[in-house]
Amino acid sequence: MRITHVLSGALLALGLAAGPAAADSSPSPGATDDGAPTRAGTSFRTATEIDQEQQATASGSTGDYLYWSFAADAGQRPNIRATVKLPDAHGAQTWQLDVYDGLRRRQACQYGAQTRTAAEGAATVEAACVLRTVRAWSEPWANDPLPGTYYVRLTVVNAAPADLGLPVSAEVRVESKEIGGSAAVDGSLAQPLVPGISVASDSAADPGEDGSVKSAVLSSIEPDGGWSSGWWSDRWVWTAVGGALAALAGIGGYALTRGPGRPSRIPPGA
Amino acid sequence: MIRTQRLAAGVCALLAALTAGIAFPAGAVADETDQAAPKVELVLDVSGSMRTRDIDGGSRMAAAKQAFNEVLDATPEEVQLGIRTLGANYPGDDRKVGCKDTEQLYPVGPLNRTEAKTAVATLAPTGWTPIGPALQQAATDLDGGDGTRRIVLISDGEDTCQPLDPCEVAREIAAKGIGLTIDTLGLVPDAKTRDQLICIADATGGTYTSVQHKEELTDRVGELVDRAAEPVVTPVATEGATECAKAPALKAGLYTDREEFGQQRWYKVDLNPGQELRASVSVAADRAVNPDYGVLLRAVTVHGREIVRGEATGNGRTDVLSTGLRYPKPESDDDTVTAESVCLQVTNSFSAAAGVKTTPGLPLELTLDVVDGPSRASDVAAFGLGRGWWLLGALVLTGFVAGLLWGWLSRWRVAVWRTN
Repeated sequence: MRITHVLSGALLALGLAAGPAAADSSPSPGATDDGAPTRAGTSFRTATEIDQEQQATASGSTGDYLYWSFAADAGQRPNIRATVKLPDAHGAQTWQLDVYDGLRRRQACQYGAQTRTAAEGAATVEAACVLRTVRAWSEPWANDPLPGTYYVRLTVVNAAPADLGLPVSAEVRVESKEIGGSAAVDGSLAQPLVPGISVASDSAADPGEDGSVKSAVLSSIEPDGGWSSGWWSDRWVWTAVGGALAALAGIGGYALTRGPGRPSRIPPGA
Repeated sequence: MIRTQRLAAGVCALLAALTAGIAFPAGAVADETDQAAPKVELVLDVSGSMRTRDIDGGSRMAAAKQAFNEVLDATPEEVQLGIRTLGANYPGDDRKVGCKDTEQLYPVGPLNRTEAKTAVATLAPTGWTPIGPALQQAATDLDGGDGTRRIVLISDGEDTCQPLDPCEVAREIAAKGIGLTIDTLGLVPDAKTRDQLICIADATGGTYTSVQHKEELTDRVGELVDRAAEPVVTPVATEGATECAKAPALKAGLYTDREEFGQQRWYKVDLNPGQELRASVSVAADRAVNPDYGVLLRAVTVHGREIVRGEATGNGRTDVLSTGLRYPKPESDDDTVTAESVCLQVTNSFSAAAGVKTTPGLPLELTLDVVDGPSRASDVAAFGLGRGWWLLGALVLTGFVAGLLWGWLSRWRVAVWRTN
């Protein structure tokens, strides 16, 4: 039992020491609320880019489709929360939070109330979505979440016609849980799933003629510290520790067959 | 010392970059001069009903004027702003004349705030509400240039100049593929006005706001003008074919097209071995559609074999329905292998009630990327590495058994050697 504790302690320490990738995703403390976006886009193309752990706000009208985008990297499990402040007087309304990946494929939520109905006159309504863990690679036929841009769309899906157009304000926050080695899959994408990334890198490679430089890009977002290269996971630690333990156990097993000290059959002084 | 300074400078630069990045979350360089100037036209209803005093105790016209003054002060430098009025001049009863009453009060161009404000100050609520003709004219005013185009329509009543339906006008404007958005604001709107303004906004991917108070009007118009100043990628208009053989060959980029109900659209992309094709398609519901719908995007070889597909279905209220696919083409050792033409087929299963117009088709947006292909995964886990207590147990057990066997083996060998 003790060895389990010691071992897990050691593994934990190793994992912590080797876990700077986990800390990378949090934005620098200097850039808190004051720098957060206060507007939302109205389409995939105009989605407002937000950082994770940033409280983005936006004002709009009931019936608007509000779009934000954020970057999620391999091993993260994004948790998106949205709060909508409703006008003083309104009927029952249903709000919905949808998440799409960089290919505009709708992503399923594991947990969280994606669709919420606010009762008549309610002050706020909250929706949440916890995505599946972002994988470094998946087969092209799969719909797994991959590193890249994610779009959040917040809108009312059911409201009385009289409520449409009334002012609302929304808050969105994205946080991620680092899932770590258990989600480390083999393979990696050559480029994250960021829309327009090939066009953007083309123009970046050719900044010579200023007329040809495109200043607007579909998505320019990337996690703090850049996209992970994807080679590190705590599986290295587990495997290395496993190998070391196997070696120790091998020595132990060998020693067991030899018995303690010198063989008893051999007379002393031989 | 130098090192510390460098470090400090680096930190400063980083902070500056971060702040800049957050202050302009659009990320793109907003001060780039080569970006085409965004154009905005404010279209203001100056019909007789604007006299009604029901916005914070003042007349609707007064609220609009105040909002315009504040918005003109806060308009970003790069925005070319124009003002058009409707129903400002003809007070009479002749419907034909009244329905032509739309005038460009201030031309779209670099803004002279004083002149624009003076022009606004002269307005007095007068005539009819010819929204349709005003929108047509406004679209002409915004012609030319590659920047974003936006019409902000402020009205307090429905169009009084049927049969020209302003909603149809808006859809026709959108169908020109010039990337023009119409945002509508209703001043204390009734149900009919609201429906009409919502229809106009939906047809062009714009927003609708119902205004009850002065500040709301100012804030919203200001926000819409600011939004126009944000650089966005302008899509390239293309037209998909009815079959793969005739499909237009596209490169990486953003494209726009129209697709009618039940229509097929085919496009072609060249893909070299070792590259990955990423395509996503959005079909927008710009009119009243039935509540169950779907979009299918298929990547097909020239011989008709399906490689991969992306599908999306949905129900209820929506602006777009989108899906995407990726197709990594494996590396080839054979140098003679040339680029493969991949056909992309887009179909939709949107439908509409009998009275809804089916032409022009639904707006379709296609994003194409061709990037390097991913490395092929050889195992489920990263590099085939293991993890967890079962792994440790198995390794320890294996090691222990191996140690025992080795020990016994060497004992046996020693014994054999001794007996010999």
